[in-house]
Amino acid sequence: MIDLDFIINLFIIIIVVIGLFFFFTATVGLLRFPDFYCKLQATGKGDTLGAVLVLLGVVVYILKEDFSFSTILVSIKIFFIIFFIFLANPTATHALTKAGLDSGVIPIKKEDLKK
Amino acid sequence: MIRLYDDLIIQTVCRIMIPLIQLFAFYVIAHGHYSPGGGFQGGCILGASFILMVIAYDINWMKRRFSEKKNILLIALGVLIYALVGVLCILLGAEYLNYGILHKIIPTDSVKVRALGTLIIEIGVGITVMAVMVSIFLNLTTLGKHEKGEV
Repeated sequence: MIDLDFIINLFIIIIVVIGLFFFFTATVGLLRFPDFYCKLQATGKGDTLGAVLVLLGVVVYILKEDFSFSTILVSIKIFFIIFFIFLANPTATHALTKAGLDSGVIPIKKEDLKK
Repeated sequence: MIRLYDDLIIQTVCRIMIPLIQLFAFYVIAHGHYSPGGGFQGGCILGASFILMVIAYDINWMKRRFSEKKNILLIALGVLIYALVGVLCILLGAEYLNYGILHKIIPTDSVKVRALGTLIIEIGVGITVMAVMVSIFLNLTTLGKHEKGEV
């Protein structure tokens, strides 16, 4: 019946699938959105949240399999990666946007979409 | 002085991230025997942190911390560490870079001294790779002049 192991497994599966969904939407946005800034927004947001959710799922999976000193050390390292992604990915998106704006990439207008 | 391409967000985040990147580079160099990594990879990460400094701030800001003279000296120092350990092995009576023989001057057993010799070699390789990466980047982006702030 429903025990703790089942609930934890369900939690891992749900969190990883939500992360994969964010990756999928980011890729669709990259391929389908009309101009540079829209594409950048889709990838910047979707990749960050998708990677963080998948890595959180990995942490829970490792700690469920074997709760010892070495796995706690590995999970701390994965938390460092999450921290780094959370810090670096939005900043890189911001830098790309600012570089595009400074070098004269014109954002798309509503009139251009209707053509 | 505030210039056209300065950006507060990028500079603040780089201020937080550059020490973390350098710490990770040392981890990669020191942990190269047990996990993916080693001298070249760690040196590349260490050089990338200095390149990030140049991109986020400017060349003069970085050169106040890490001047051109020190850069050239570090290139030579890494190769010198590598060659000295190799020649030391020859002087003690083994082949070039056969670290096992170093237990004659370092008081541990032959297996531990082999890992230690590898670590010394990796440190030398890392220093040289870092300095050469920074040197190539500076020479390419400023066309060899080393003076313009905005790349």
